[in-house]
Amino acid sequence: MDSETTSQQPKTSQVETKPKLNPNNRSFKLQAENIDVFYDDFQAIKDISLDIVENSITAFIGPSGCGKSTFLRLFNRMNDNIDGFHMNGKILIDNKNIYDESIKVEELRKKVGMVFQKPNPFPKSIYENVAYGLRIQGVKDEEFIENRVIESLKQATLYSEIEDNLDKQALSLSGGQQQRLCIARALAVKPSVLLMDEPTSALDPISSGKIEDLIHELKKEFTIVIVTHNMQQAARVSDNTAFLYMGNLVEYGDTQKIFTNPEKDRTQNYITGRFG
Amino acid sequence: MNIKEKIIEKVLAFCALITILTTVGIIAVLLYESFGFFREVPITDFLTGTEWTPLFADKNYGILPLVSGTLLTTFIAIAVALPVGLTIAIYLNEYAPKRFKKVLKPLLEVLAVVPTVVYGFFALMIVTPFLKLFITDLSGFNALSPGIVMGIMIIPFVSSLSEDALAAVPDSLRQASYGMGSTRFQTAFRVMVPAASSGIMVSIILALSRAIGETMIVAIAAGQTPVFTFDPTVPIETITAYIVKVSSGDVPQGTVAYQTIFAAGIMLFVVTFILNNISFWIKNRYQEKYE
Repeated sequence: MDSETTSQQPKTSQVETKPKLNPNNRSFKLQAENIDVFYDDFQAIKDISLDIVENSITAFIGPSGCGKSTFLRLFNRMNDNIDGFHMNGKILIDNKNIYDESIKVEELRKKVGMVFQKPNPFPKSIYENVAYGLRIQGVKDEEFIENRVIESLKQATLYSEIEDNLDKQALSLSGGQQQRLCIARALAVKPSVLLMDEPTSALDPISSGKIEDLIHELKKEFTIVIVTHNMQQAARVSDNTAFLYMGNLVEYGDTQKIFTNPEKDRTQNYITGRFG
Repeated sequence: MNIKEKIIEKVLAFCALITILTTVGIIAVLLYESFGFFREVPITDFLTGTEWTPLFADKNYGILPLVSGTLLTTFIAIAVALPVGLTIAIYLNEYAPKRFKKVLKPLLEVLAVVPTVVYGFFALMIVTPFLKLFITDLSGFNALSPGIVMGIMIIPFVSSLSEDALAAVPDSLRQASYGMGSTRFQTAFRVMVPAASSGIMVSIILALSRAIGETMIVAIAAGQTPVFTFDPTVPIETITAYIVKVSSGDVPQGTVAYQTIFAAGIMLFVVTFILNNISFWIKNRYQEKYE
């Protein structure tokens, strides 16, 4: 059954779903072409192709171990350091293959920000956390840094809560605040893509809600890809949804359609909670 | 059965008690003997005097020459061990392949189990003549050579404990740093080292107190001339080397000259005791941070 789905999947998604994915003829920001990923002998991703349009929110859903996080981390090459990782295929960002030898990984990651599952602020002050990206780029202009820090904290809807305490230790913030701080830290270097790997899974519902609102806001400026375990969250925040299962892309399309009228039985079963 | 259990419990408690009693006993003897010493010699003279000649006819009891000798060799040792040890720790943790680290770390720790007497004659017979090639007016006994050798000896203290501290930093911080576009070097020095700083401090302090207490290397290669100086090229004497000299000599018991070793000993004990407590305190604070 796997060979059947894999061979048909790219075709279906290209022929049928592309127009729906790209309603206003916006350009594709991220494109994956025939991606295979291996960890030693284990194949984590099986021939996935998928295009993501600019300034949209795309959710990757699927059961644990389906490859959604691995797939997400291809877009900023965070798998590169994992032992035994190798891949085939191309990942294009703004039509450039980011796995090309001429690409500097550090430069790529400045354009493609990432927010992780567990809030991971540095054990520094709030201010220094947000300033970090600029500092490692060698920015010396303190006024410029300060303006950018405040701007980013405002953008991450955290500023009003901590404006008098920028020198406080980041680790003293609550979990939800820490996660918004991590988002601010990612925004401070003005990326164009934001990857989010289950950004609310370690947070309480109220904090999660705030982050979801924030993601909605950020869509205006960034292309966002979010991995989530939470189906309601995918349905609430995303424009398009990709359902992965055992390394295969089962279905990819308009979120509303995936959640109300999916084409594949497997998708139907997963979103209605029958497995996974 | 119940009685048996109780006996076992008592025996175990007694074993624990022995170590505590030993410590208390040592402190008591040190205090008692140095009390005798300080009845003869005013404590201000002891702490501020720059002449240490208790074995000569013209007796002076200023500890500063011994303190300066100890500080000098210790400082040289740390100046060697800190950069090298920290570099090794960072290399092992951030750069080296995991398999290589598994082999290299125990190998490095062998440095700490080489008998110190071997290090001592190594300093005297090999390092000093070698250094003389570059520093022509270096004395046969000096602070520089044993300081360097002592530094090599304590490298594993710094590298191993710092490496443990770096390894205890959650991987999520490393991920965050790489995710921001940091290079390995930036990740190591701007994120990992600051995050592990308290553990690294502990490693330095332990290495420091090891260097201060080290006896054999300095007794063999640093000389037996208590001079108040910070010149690393001339013969000096450390507190520990002085204690060895008097203990192995024929100074009659009960004299002030004999009691000097207890006064010097308590000086040493107080310093290392304070250092160990500082490291203990830092360690406790550090563990709260990430667990």
